Amino acid sequence: MSPILVLDDVSVKLPAGGDRAHAMANVSLALAANEILCVVGESGSGKSMTANAIMRLLPGGVTIDGGRILFEGRDLCGLSEAEMRKVRGAGIAMIFQEPMTALNPLRSIGDQIGEMFELHSELSAAEIKARTLALLEEVRIPDPALAFKAYPHELSGGQRQRAMIAMALALDPKVLIADEPTTALDVTTQAQILKLIRDLQRRKGTAVLFITHDFGVVAEIADRVAVMSKGEVVEAGETEAVLGNPQHAYTRQLIAAVPPLKAPPARTLSDEPIMTIAHVSKTYRTGGFLGRGQRVTHAVKDVSLVLPKGATLGIVGESGSGKSTLARCLVRLIDPESGEIRLNGIDLASLSREEMRSATRHIQMVFQDPFASLNPRRKAGEAVAQGLIVHGMARPQALARAKELFGLVGLDPAATERYPHEFSGGQRQRIGLARALALEPAVLVADEPVSALDVSVQAQVLKLLAELRQRLGLSIVFITHDLRVAAQVCDLVAVMKSGEVVEAGPIGTVFSEPQHPYTQALLASIPGRDFGEGRELAHEPVA
Amino acid sequence: MRVLSLAGRRLAASIPTLFLILIGVFLLLQLAPGDTVDALMAQMGGGDAATAKQLREFYGLDLSVWAQLGNYLWRLVRLDLGFSAIYGKPVATVIAERLPATILLMTASLSFAFFFGLILGVVAARGVNKWPDTLISTLGLMFYAMPTFWFGLMAIVVFSIYLQWLPAGGFEDITVSYTGLRRTLDIALHLVLPTLTLGLFYMAIYLRIMRGSMLEVLNLDFVRTARSKGMDETRVVVRHVLRNALLPMVTLIGLQAGTMLGGSVVVESVFSLPGLGRLAYESVIQRDLNTLLGIVFVSALLVIAVNFIVDLLYARLDPRITTGS
Repeated sequence: MSPILVLDDVSVKLPAGGDRAHAMANVSLALAANEILCVVGESGSGKSMTANAIMRLLPGGVTIDGGRILFEGRDLCGLSEAEMRKVRGAGIAMIFQEPMTALNPLRSIGDQIGEMFELHSELSAAEIKARTLALLEEVRIPDPALAFKAYPHELSGGQRQRAMIAMALALDPKVLIADEPTTALDVTTQAQILKLIRDLQRRKGTAVLFITHDFGVVAEIADRVAVMSKGEVVEAGETEAVLGNPQHAYTRQLIAAVPPLKAPPARTLSDEPIMTIAHVSKTYRTGGFLGRGQRVTHAVKDVSLVLPKGATLGIVGESGSGKSTLARCLVRLIDPESGEIRLNGIDLASLSREEMRSATRHIQMVFQDPFASLNPRRKAGEAVAQGLIVHGMARPQALARAKELFGLVGLDPAATERYPHEFSGGQRQRIGLARALALEPAVLVADEPVSALDVSVQAQVLKLLAELRQRLGLSIVFITHDLRVAAQVCDLVAVMKSGEVVEAGPIGTVFSEPQHPYTQALLASIPGRDFGEGRELAHEPVA
Repeated sequence: MRVLSLAGRRLAASIPTLFLILIGVFLLLQLAPGDTVDALMAQMGGGDAATAKQLREFYGLDLSVWAQLGNYLWRLVRLDLGFSAIYGKPVATVIAERLPATILLMTASLSFAFFFGLILGVVAARGVNKWPDTLISTLGLMFYAMPTFWFGLMAIVVFSIYLQWLPAGGFEDITVSYTGLRRTLDIALHLVLPTLTLGLFYMAIYLRIMRGSMLEVLNLDFVRTARSKGMDETRVVVRHVLRNALLPMVTLIGLQAGTMLGGSVVVESVFSLPGLGRLAYESVIQRDLNTLLGIVFVSALLVIAVNFIVDLLYARLDPRITTGS
């Protein structure tokens, strides 16, 4: 089969002063009709730049400085802007990562899909409406007529992504570029969207260029795969061949960093609990005027869990399941309405603000976003020392202790003098860990600590966490949406849905013999779930 | 009709504010030395203490402050603004005579500032860091930095005295009595300079806001989606960017309606326009409490009305408001 889209030795130049000269260096790819080619790589690998280069929608200052992009035999680089506009949408369509922000919030879904026909065809308004409704039907949005009139904020994330797909496929494009289309979605929704893309692609014979960072997704959907690193394609081939028998060292390293879904053999846990959570509830009330028309959300509903000393308790669930609210209740960032949180016999939930402030010594939190959770105007060392100073340590000692802690989490002690923006994502998460560990807490509450990190960095942080647990005798509450990560780090797991714990137990048992239908659905939705089975999580040396 | 109930609730919430403002102004003016009768006596060329006492009794100024306040609020509830001792007319009449000039000036300046602020902001954002942007931003900064009264005076010197294109002041030509269209044109000519003087300052603000929010919206994901559909840049701006970028501007207009009333005091004085701003200034000087409170009441109503309209407009522009999520 002759390829429909060919990238022939394409280079894309970055503006001077960047960390590298080329976003893409001599990239050659070929995409045939009726196949899905996955471009996989970590952040900064140039995979999204590849999509933008094909569409010729590069950011200012970034230019294609070599090679040809052949679409149906025509070189897109040589087209005028007006000719290129005819290709965009009609010949090559695109869907994006964030379905929330990728649609105009002020215009209805039907209007935005219809725009495709307005731009590229001479159809009448009535015909456009009929075609749009048919499209919404095709992507299996519930109640297409309602969705047609709806605004983006009125649809769920999955529905918005369905609408995006409907829009992209409106004119039956030859090529569909999907830039991380499921990354922002929950795992069950992701499974549905992947299936939808696969089905539509099979039926219409579209060629799909699928960009992702997730090897599970690759295993699930790809016919062929190209691995990118630092702007270069390091390995390409059939999916089974690349995933099963990777040739290039970088590919091997990446695949080794993907946590397998199977839990390692269980550790023996202490019988002594360090923290017991009993009947904790938190309800949010929103809207309503003097009690009328109020909406009540049970964010956390009657949750009871036990954390044995030295163990890691995983709390897994999709967005809106209440897992983060529970985490915040544990450290009293949010006050639970009822229930007990006993840490070493003291009920945290009943402490006054004042008493809680001194009790925070024993329970500390690590947050998800390593970019947003550090004050950009304060030196990293000060961020770490602050807790110590608040709890009464003199400033010079606290700063000296911060240096030690930097060493503990694998950072250069001299780096305490630097500001957060000078660190990479993984390093920032290490700072977050050092900050939490500064007060030598007995319990660490980690809220999605590795979700924002690339898979190889994620593996390093997880390894560090495991080491620290061993060395400091930490007990950890680990909140995550990623079941693969949970399988690797947790001893016990609790599955949450709509504020309730639906299933809890030792991770090996829960994952191999899930009892609750929701747990079963969650596990079944993990893309490429057999991928990586039967192998240990490999750790590369910490940088 | 969620929008209406939402805006209606905001409207109801502003009534206590209105009363608080009135009470505050009333009490504040009690602190100033002298009262209406002092000003009246001064106008009449002085008089004896008995006349003054009589007058005070007549106007109810001999009562305690709280009784006076109670009387005033009670009349206000019945929509009676009281009687102006200085002008010898009901306050409602005095204000009604002055209101059109101010409303005309405000509407004209606001429309001017909004329209040109929008256009220039869009032009500046589309050519960001190129010469149109630099030119527009520099001009904007100049208008923003220039004191309004000075700008008004300079405009009079250049356009009225030196070039003699436009009248130097007043609301209309009182030496000839025009009617119909000719009168409208005359008033319009008189309002050109005041409108520019008041409007350019606000235009400079709107222009900066518009430029900033355009640049922000242009970087959003849905603009990339629009481009990936094969849409040309003009269409992207008109159909996707503009409405999103307008939201902060619309909010600002609601906030600044009050400031603009304040600004019109200066402009009305410079161009001797018979407007509300000048009236407010004169009633402070003459301790004409009734008129002043009337003006405060009417301008508060104006601001509330503008905010009500802005609320409705905002809900019209942004569908996320109406569903309240």
